Amino acid sequence: MSYVPHTDPDREAMLKTIGVKSVAELFADVPAKHRFPELDLPEPLSEPETWRELRDLSEANADASHNLSFLGAGAYHHFSPPLISQLLLRGEFLTAYTPYQPEASQGTLQVIYEYQSMICSLTGMDVANASHYDGATSLAEAAIMAFNHFKQKKTKVILSPAVHPHYRAVVRTYTQGMGMNIGGDDHLDRALKDLLPQLDNNTSLFVAQYPDFFGNIEDLKAIAHKVHEAGALFCVVTNPVSLGLLTPPGAFGADIVVGEGQPLGIPLSYGGPYLGFFATKKEYVRKMAGRLVGETVDANGKKGYVLTLATREQHIRREKATSNICTNQGLMAVAATIYLATLGKNGLRRVAELCYQRAHYAADQIDQIDGYAVNRSQTFFHEFVVKCPRSVEEINAKLFDDYGIIGGYDLGKEYPHLKDCMLVCVTEMNSREDIEELITALQEIKE
Amino acid sequence: MKDHSAFIIQHLSLSMTEPLIYELSAPGRVGVSMPNPDVPMTELPSGLVRESLDLPEVSQLDVMRHFTHLSTMNFSIDANFYPLGSCTMKYNPRLNEETARFAGFSFSHPLQHEATVQGNLALMYQLQEWLKEIGGFAAVTLQPAAGAHGEFTGVLMMRAYHLDRGDIARRKVLIPNSAHGTNPATCSMAGLIVVELPSDDRGNVDLEALRKACGPDVVGIMITNPNTLGLFEEHIEEVTKLVHDCGGLVYGDGANMNAMIGVARPGDLGFDVMHYNLHKTFSTPHGGGGPGSGPVGVSEKLKDFLPAPLIDIVDEGDDEEPPMYGFVTPKKSIGRVKSFNGQFGMHVRAYTYIRVHGGSGLRENSEMAVLNANYLLAKLRGAYHVAYDRLCKHEFVLEGHWSDAPEVHALDISKRLLDFNIHPPTNYFPLIVKEALMIEPTETESKETLDRFADVMLTIAKEAHESPDVLKSAPHNTPVARMDEVRAAKELVLCCRPIPEWAE
Repeated sequence: MSYVPHTDPDREAMLKTIGVKSVAELFADVPAKHRFPELDLPEPLSEPETWRELRDLSEANADASHNLSFLGAGAYHHFSPPLISQLLLRGEFLTAYTPYQPEASQGTLQVIYEYQSMICSLTGMDVANASHYDGATSLAEAAIMAFNHFKQKKTKVILSPAVHPHYRAVVRTYTQGMGMNIGGDDHLDRALKDLLPQLDNNTSLFVAQYPDFFGNIEDLKAIAHKVHEAGALFCVVTNPVSLGLLTPPGAFGADIVVGEGQPLGIPLSYGGPYLGFFATKKEYVRKMAGRLVGETVDANGKKGYVLTLATREQHIRREKATSNICTNQGLMAVAATIYLATLGKNGLRRVAELCYQRAHYAADQIDQIDGYAVNRSQTFFHEFVVKCPRSVEEINAKLFDDYGIIGGYDLGKEYPHLKDCMLVCVTEMNSREDIEELITALQEIKE
Repeated sequence: MKDHSAFIIQHLSLSMTEPLIYELSAPGRVGVSMPNPDVPMTELPSGLVRESLDLPEVSQLDVMRHFTHLSTMNFSIDANFYPLGSCTMKYNPRLNEETARFAGFSFSHPLQHEATVQGNLALMYQLQEWLKEIGGFAAVTLQPAAGAHGEFTGVLMMRAYHLDRGDIARRKVLIPNSAHGTNPATCSMAGLIVVELPSDDRGNVDLEALRKACGPDVVGIMITNPNTLGLFEEHIEEVTKLVHDCGGLVYGDGANMNAMIGVARPGDLGFDVMHYNLHKTFSTPHGGGGPGSGPVGVSEKLKDFLPAPLIDIVDEGDDEEPPMYGFVTPKKSIGRVKSFNGQFGMHVRAYTYIRVHGGSGLRENSEMAVLNANYLLAKLRGAYHVAYDRLCKHEFVLEGHWSDAPEVHALDISKRLLDFNIHPPTNYFPLIVKEALMIEPTETESKETLDRFADVMLTIAKEAHESPDVLKSAPHNTPVARMDEVRAAKELVLCCRPIPEWAE
């Protein structure tokens, strides 16, 4: 199968126009000894046969549509209203390119403008860009932005250990050639307030997560204040669905807000494509990386949208660009915009409250099972930590093998002091009956 | 002038203007129903509940209509010929959209136990193997999310390789002046210094300049082949040898691989590391600016430095049991470059694409892409100046200006193309060609489409000389005319929501 439309007469006529005798002649400048290698690749396969092979591969998985799941830890199973996938399949969104020609791309441009606006509303910030690859790379870009804001004179970044482990790892990978000093998470059990003594006049950025990796939420106003006193910027990593309910980071002093937009109607899809959102204050807009859509008028005075401040970007500034980012997560930003429009003010609040209420019910029920203890030292949103009577690996194996349930995240893997602790997530996709099934299973397993 | 009325479609947009979603809002409306919280209620966290949430309130039909209207204001491959050089705007097969949406893929969580996602891991492993084979590489990572992300990954690995050998003097990366902007931007992010190399009069990297620049302070070279002029580097083996001889590494920007599959393997030509663009060569859709996917292939030298984790067979299995797939961490990994596993949804699409085509189909795609580009070049070189005029590969660059039509620029030609329902080619890139128009038809376009495009380009060339005002005032039937970009940058209206009081 090939999508190539060329007939033999087509080829002949075209070769004649070009003035060569064969297609092979067009490759005469490829070194002869390396030209046209035999590739060990399969034979072509018809569409129905390919469909079947992919179908079989997909069914060699467990997944949240077939199995009850209580797994979160940075990627969440929420309801994606069907119109999102339908609209994303419109060729005008799916198969369009980056909107460099505004006259041919007002659809994409206006959607991104609406996306930017909604992210600002959610986070309480002034400006948002058109996206990064995911929450982790958004955070890395925040670290770089802060570093550049202080003209590379302040080299220290303090990362709370309660920031997602992948995010902390990506910040380190990204900054390995920049002469920055990434720390704060050397003691993985340290509380946020106990990180404050590390603030000094060499600190460019302090990063906290809200809700944090363990699901906990706390008032960050005092932390923000201390960070600003030390002359540093304050970055908050957040969950956009939680912001349907919770005070936005802009209201308690965040300078930069980043996070993972996957909960906004984007499928779990084994980790990608996801959506990194990035929002900040107006005064930092020129240091911000990523595409930006702005409003303007055309030659006839009609309102329209364009990519703007391109002088920050790689195609204009090259080695002096704020980042090398080119392709972003465009279609996922479209998905998030449709999600936020469909749910709207009331719907998003409703989803957030459902998550909160059901998670608290689950926590109460689990806490009552002998041998399991839920960490109630802090308020949580929709994830909580459960100390288990056996290793999480054993419990999850039994949950899956005997009950078909996908259990929570094994915290001991990344946080040794949380050995035998499971991070349980409950969303609006877990009904009361689902939760009760989990309780029954956990009860039976420990026996 | 040929009669194009049979081909010109009345412009697609059903509405030439669409209000902002906020303007369609009315208090109390909601677009989707949610279940009741059928559990005993817990008090909300005091002091942490937001007082207001400034999102629209619209019905589901209003949402559907709004975004449908907006979509009709876009050009797209599905509706328009889109010869954007360097972007490879080929047909995005819908089979790929369906396979990516299979529930077993789209509802699988990235942190599920490996034993419960063997389908995903088998797919990723196989894709790694195919990309290894296509490129002539020893190993592949699927983690990078886009080409630029792959470049960054590759350059970090090159840097790590030298540091690992105790060679701390190397800080320079050699980059041709025709390179894509992401190349130098990537080097800056890695803390390295860019040294620009000129091109010779045939469009190749200037060998003399390269020879002079090679030395013990060079990390390596970043090179695109075919280059951004659409030309195959005629001395590619000498280039890679010169760099290797001074102890440097060769990075390949794989954006132009659509000319190369089954034609030549970058690994065979001396490349140590290269990123692929799945959203170019392997048909995953551009989505209005992403998501992409930028897997990176490496030679033996760099294998140990790949980002963690990689997919590998962790248990060979036997006659009765299939192999088990899992994650492994390369010995000297540069670290993680992204959360979770990479753009898995794009891996499924690329896998589907490769499977359907097989080796012979992929090679045919490259051959027809190159045939199409040369055909157009042959038809247009009389009316337009070609800066580096020789047989091209999958794309070519014209100059969008004439000395005897001084008012007309590449921009004007581009805008006039919109009147014929054709998306413009890439403008003003590469930088080494004046008023550059980079044209890449791709293999999925028929001879009829190419003939029509050539006719339109010839018409425009004529108009440029006889009635340049038609070009200067174009486009004429798009939802907006030319935009005031200066005003956009000056006024910076980036958000349509009022700034909250606490921020005042």
